Amino acid sequence: MESFDVLGHFGQYGGRFVPEALIEALDELEAVHNQTQKDPEFLAELAELHRTYTGRPSIITEAKRFSEHAGGARIFLKREDLNHTGSHKINNVLGQALLTKRMGKKRIIAETGAGQHGVAAATAAALMGLKCVVYMGEEDTRRQSLNVARMKLLGAEVVAVTSGSKTLKDAINEAMRDWVTNVHDTHYMLGTVAGPHPFPTMVRDFHKVIGEESRVQMLEITGRLPDAVLACVGGGSNAIGIFNAFIPDENVRLIGLEAGGDGVETGRHAATITGGTPGVLHGTRSYVLQDKNGQTVESHSISAGLDYPGVGPEHAYLHDVGRAEYRAINDDAAMNAFALLSKTEGIIPAIETAHALAGALIIGNELGPKANLLINLSGRGDKDVQTAAQYFGIPL
Amino acid sequence: MTALDSVLVKCRTENRAALIAYIPAGFPSRQGCLKVIQTLVDAGVDAIEIGFPYSDPVMDGPVIQEAADISLKAGTGAAEVFEALKVASDTGTASVVMTYWNPIERYGVEKFAASIAENGGAGVITPDLTIEESESWLAATKANSINPIYVVAPSTKDPRLARVTSKTGGFIYAASSMGVTGTRESVSIDAKDLVSRIRKVSDLPVCVGLGVSTREQAKSLAAYADGVIVGSAFIKLLLNAKDEKAGLEAVSQLAKELAIGVREGR
Ligand SMILES: Cc1ncc(COP(=O)(O)O)c(C=O)c1O
Repeated sequence: MESFDVLGHFGQYGGRFVPEALIEALDELEAVHNQTQKDPEFLAELAELHRTYTGRPSIITEAKRFSEHAGGARIFLKREDLNHTGSHKINNVLGQALLTKRMGKKRIIAETGAGQHGVAAATAAALMGLKCVVYMGEEDTRRQSLNVARMKLLGAEVVAVTSGSKTLKDAINEAMRDWVTNVHDTHYMLGTVAGPHPFPTMVRDFHKVIGEESRVQMLEITGRLPDAVLACVGGGSNAIGIFNAFIPDENVRLIGLEAGGDGVETGRHAATITGGTPGVLHGTRSYVLQDKNGQTVESHSISAGLDYPGVGPEHAYLHDVGRAEYRAINDDAAMNAFALLSKTEGIIPAIETAHALAGALIIGNELGPKANLLINLSGRGDKDVQTAAQYFGIPL
Repeated sequence: MTALDSVLVKCRTENRAALIAYIPAGFPSRQGCLKVIQTLVDAGVDAIEIGFPYSDPVMDGPVIQEAADISLKAGTGAAEVFEALKVASDTGTASVVMTYWNPIERYGVEKFAASIAENGGAGVITPDLTIEESESWLAATKANSINPIYVVAPSTKDPRLARVTSKTGGFIYAASSMGVTGTRESVSIDAKDLVSRIRKVSDLPVCVGLGVSTREQAKSLAAYADGVIVGSAFIKLLLNAKDEKAGLEAVSQLAKELAIGVREGR
């Protein structure tokens, strides 16, 4: 099911809302992406990188002890946390780094919230010999100082963004300003399925390997398709990555878990589809957290990687046409699932991912013991040890 | 013909460039903005651009961002934008609004165009609206007889320049260089090349903005452009002034110098 038209629309969502200065670069990127998706040599090069560098295919682990808390439904974890750099983000950056080289550009820029995409981008840049500048909200550089150090060790320059709310959304603004100025030699390595066309489509194409592998693996392990596929949704890249292969399988429920923060009703959350309205942010039309004047409202979540007031346009579309469902998981429920997976399976997940796991506990209880649930374990929790220790009162 | 069309024709007959000044609504304060408008008019600017402050202004450098932050913190919204627009157009000066797209969509596309017209506005500059996404906007601006003003950049290729300028009304906003708003030491040579490429595909007036802050720069642009747009330079003066009175005096002085600049280019 190809759900976008030539202008990169998904129904009324998507498209391009950018300064004219960027159109040329977006056109070039779109053309190169379309070419390379049909180029066996390019695809083989990327697949080989994934085999020998990322560690693909990632395995599936059945979470038997965790399942006991989920109404007995069988729970299968797609282990993107075992990828090099510890999350699904590497799929996208390796693809975009190869495209950057094809376009003959020598410098990449990236935004980052938690630092996971920044670390992945810095990693790809180191591997391919590209110069890398990462924009990160000043607030986040303080919250995630370990990842700032990682990026620097990898040879990237980290710029602390002091404008606006000093978080991820402002890091994206600053990256776009850099891009408008340096577009002749610079590629903007956007970290999720948002932004102007072709980013939502391109980033999806680099992550769809998650769902393609999982679909085959689930058929092998259980002899059938899962009843539901779950993933956390920040910008939506890990979710679209695992959903994509299952979109034509209409009996498979696709469930995205957004960050409910203190509760959607409190206004302090990052559940963009659940609690937002259609609008334009960062070059694309989708759901947005905004006020009556169309000003972006700050989001809140214990998870820096989900703390974003926008969401990818394809998710907005899948929501509106009813193909996927989106629910909000509050901070406390996510942290409960975080602790539970750690103690029952010996896997410390990223706090982002813990939102999907909390969703599994709910959906498992709704569907009962006959159900098979596939969860995208999008990242590992090492980066979150400090936040978790603080939350659970563990002295450091 | 909008008031903007008329003033640009007038400048053409006077064989000079127009001076267009940008000020965000609600900056330095709600009342302060209205005084800045009057000051600019008294100093001889030909057209006023009222900015709709926005939370995520990706085309703007640090100076306009700071002004937008100040204005938004004070609660500026559509009502204050239209108030400033009315004050500006009531002086008899051609006035337009510059806004990112989301505030328009949120307000209601048709309603926004109607409110611009009701408050005497001649048009709207939309820096992040691409022509591909413009169907409802072009219908609304046409229905309300206001100018849809698009920005083009040095990177815009000729076939696309022809397409974008064919949708534009009032004037074509030529970004002088690749980059965001803010004052620059020198205005790039890209501007001249861009203007001459636009001339080949469009008869509309071409106004150049981004980075202009001095009489000398205004003069050099006026040699080939129909208008010169100045924003950050005024805002910087207001941000750095010790009080409101000093700020207004500085704005007045710069506007007068720029007004000379646009008259001595040819
Ligand atoms: C482990 C992990 N999962 C999920 C996300 C959220 O991003 P997305 O919704 O694009 O997958 C992040 C972002 O930093 C992340 O690090």
